[in-house]
Amino acid sequence: MKLRKLALATVAAAALALPGGMAEASKVKGEVTNFDFSFQGPFGSYDRNQLQRGLQVYHNACAACHGLQYVAFRTLSDPGGPELPPDQMRAFAEMYEVWDPDERDWRTAGPNDRFPDPEFEGAPDLSLMAKARAGFHGPHGLGINQLRKGIGGPEYIASYLVGYTGEEDFQAGSMFYYNKAYGDWVSMAPVLFEDMLDYADGTPATEEQMAKDVAAFLMWTAEPHLNSRKNAGLTGVIILGVLTVLLYLTNKQLWAPIKARAKADIKKRKD
Amino acid sequence: MSGIPHDHYEPKSNAGKYMHRRLPIIGLIYDTIMIPTPKNLNWMWIWGIVLVFCLVLQIVTGIVLAMHYTADVNMAFASVEHIMRNVNGGHMLRYLHQNGAMLFFLAVYLHMARSMYYGSYKTPREITWIIGMLIYLLMMATAFMGYVLPWGQMSFWGATVITGLFGAVPGIGDMLQAWILGGPAVDNAALTRFFSLHYLLPFVILGLVIVHVWAFHTTGNNNPTGVEVRRGSKEEAEKDTLPFWPYFVMKDLFALAVILALFWALVAFMPNFLGHTDNYIEADPLVTPPEIVPEWYFLPFYAILRAFTSDVWIVIAVNWLSFGIIDATFFGVLAMFGAIFVWALMPWLDTSSVRSGRYRPMFKMFFWVFIVNFVVLTWVGAMPAEGIYTTISLIGTTYWFAYFLVILPWLGLSEKATTPPATIEEDFNESIRQQMERSGKTSSGPEPERVPAE
Repeated sequence: MKLRKLALATVAAAALALPGGMAEASKVKGEVTNFDFSFQGPFGSYDRNQLQRGLQVYHNACAACHGLQYVAFRTLSDPGGPELPPDQMRAFAEMYEVWDPDERDWRTAGPNDRFPDPEFEGAPDLSLMAKARAGFHGPHGLGINQLRKGIGGPEYIASYLVGYTGEEDFQAGSMFYYNKAYGDWVSMAPVLFEDMLDYADGTPATEEQMAKDVAAFLMWTAEPHLNSRKNAGLTGVIILGVLTVLLYLTNKQLWAPIKARAKADIKKRKD
Repeated sequence: MSGIPHDHYEPKSNAGKYMHRRLPIIGLIYDTIMIPTPKNLNWMWIWGIVLVFCLVLQIVTGIVLAMHYTADVNMAFASVEHIMRNVNGGHMLRYLHQNGAMLFFLAVYLHMARSMYYGSYKTPREITWIIGMLIYLLMMATAFMGYVLPWGQMSFWGATVITGLFGAVPGIGDMLQAWILGGPAVDNAALTRFFSLHYLLPFVILGLVIVHVWAFHTTGNNNPTGVEVRRGSKEEAEKDTLPFWPYFVMKDLFALAVILALFWALVAFMPNFLGHTDNYIEADPLVTPPEIVPEWYFLPFYAILRAFTSDVWIVIAVNWLSFGIIDATFFGVLAMFGAIFVWALMPWLDTSSVRSGRYRPMFKMFFWVFIVNFVVLTWVGAMPAEGIYTTISLIGTTYWFAYFLVILPWLGLSEKATTPPATIEEDFNESIRQQMERSGKTSSGPEPERVPAE
C-alpha cells in the first residue's frame, strides 16, 4: 500500500508541472452538451438508480486517482442519495482504506469515514466539482444561459468524460490528450470505455451512459440535500402564495372604506 | 415623536398608568407604529420593511451559522461544507444567508432609487439620508467580509484585491494594508478579524437603522408628490394621512410576502445562480483564478475602480500634477470612494426647490439615464477590463460624476418644473378618480349612471 502511494506521488509530482488541468480554470471554453438530468428544474430530483450506477462508475473509473474528501460513506444510505441499504454501504466502505492519524497507519474504512483524499496530487478532489464548474455562460455575461440551462456543472463533467477526440501528444515526458469539452489538451487520460463494467440494474454501459451517471453522482456529492431543498422550495412557495393571497384580501378590505370615502368626496364635488 | 399632530397613548388601566409613569415604553411603541403616514405612498415605499426583514434574516441565520462555522484557514472551507452536509437544515440556512445578502442589496438599491426620484433626501430629511448612506457603507463592509469567510478561491482573491486598494494609498499604503489584514497577506489573522467584524457590524447597522427610523419619524415620511402633510390641526393632518398601523403595515406585509415567495423560490430552486462557481474551490494562495469578480452588488463600483487606466488623460494629468504620487490604481480607488461620497452629498448638490421628480420633466430623463447607467456599470464590472469594456466603464463613470456634480446642481437652476398638487389628499383623490375611470372603462357590466337612456 505504502509503496503504491510512493509511486503515485512520483507521478503526481510530474503531473503538477502540467499546464491546463481541471483545477485551474472554472471558465469552460470548450463545447458542453446540455445533457438531460432528472434533477433539473424546480421539480427535478435525483434518480436513485442513476446515483447507484454513478457510484459504481466512480468506484471503477475515478477512485483510483481522485478523492471525495467531504463525503462520508454513511451518507450513501441517506434519503435523497444513492440510498444503499446499510449492509451494502458498510461492505462498500470496507473496500477503501483510510489513513488513521491515531493509529498512524492505514486501516479499513467504516461508515463514519470519508472517501479518502485524492491519491494523486494532480487529481483534484471531486466532492464539489459539479458546483465548481460552470458549463454554460452568458451571453455577454448576462447569465441568461445559466438561467435557462442551469449552471452546467454536471453537464460539463459528462461532456468532459466523453469529450476525448483521441488525439494524443507526448510533451516533456508526459502524455496529453485533447478534450473538446475542456477545449484544450489535458493531462487526464480517457477513463470510460464501453462495457468496461456491468451495471447491477442491467442498463447498457455505454460511454455516454456512464458519463451521465457519474456526473449525476458527483452532483449528489456536491449537493447531497438537493431533493429536500426542492421539496422545501415547493412547500414554501405554496405557503407564501396562500399568505400573499390572504394579505392581499386583508389589505383590500382594510383600504376599502378609505377609498369609498374618497370616491364619495369626488362625487360630491362633481355634483 | 413626529411633528404631525396626532393622538398619543393615554394609559387607561391602573397597570398601564403605573407603567407609564415609570417607563413610557408602551407610549413610545404606540407613537412609533401609529405615526401618521401620507396616504398616497406608492409601492416603492415598501423597501424599508423588506430591508428590516433582511437585516433580521441575516442576523438570525448568521448567528446559527456562526455556531457551526470555524474561522481558521485550515478549517473554514470544510466547516462550511459541514454546515451544508451535516447540520440539520444547514444547507437552507447557508443558502438563505448567502442569497439574503443579495436581496438586502437589491432592496437597498431600490430604496435609494426611490429616495433619489421622489427627493426624499432633500431638506428636512438630509440626516435620514446621511444615516442611510452610513448604513449602506457598513452593509458593503459587512458583505465583503462575509464573502471572505467560506474561504473559497473568490473569497481569498476578492479579499486580496479589495484590501490591495488600501495598499494603493501613497506612502502609507503597505502599512495600512498590513494593519487591516494583520499581516503581509490575506491569511488566518485576516480571516479571524473579518469573522469578528462580520458578526459585530450588523448590530451597528441595527443601531443605525433605529436612528434612521427615528429621523424620518421626526420629519414625517416623504411621499410621491413631495408635498408636506398639512400640520395646522389634527383634522387637517388626518385628511392627508393614515396611521401606519394597520394601513401601511398590511400593505407592506402583502408586498413582503410577494417578494419572499420569489426569494424563497430563488433560494430553493437555484441557490447558486448569482454566486460564482470558483467559490466552491478551496482558497489556494498559489493559484490565481482566471477572473476575479466581486458579488454582483459591488460591480458598479468595481467598474468605476477599473475604469481609470494609466492611459486616460485625466489620470496622466493628475499624475503629473501630483508629482507622480497619484498613480492610476490610486486614482481608481479615489474614484470608487468618491462615487459613493458624491452620492452621500446629494442633499446639498441638488438645488431644485421642487422635491418630487414627478414634477420635474428634465430631471426625470436624467434620472432614468442614471438608472440605466447603473445597470450598465453593473454589467461592465463583470466583464474583463479590456477593449471596449474599459471605454464603456469610463463613459459610465463620467456620467455618474456628472449626474451628481453637474446635472443635479444645474437642473435645479434652469429647469421649469410643473406644479405639484396643493395637498396630499388631492393627489390621493386624483389617483382614486383615475382608478374609477379605468375600472369604468374596462368593466363590461352596464353602468346606469354613465350610460344615459336614448
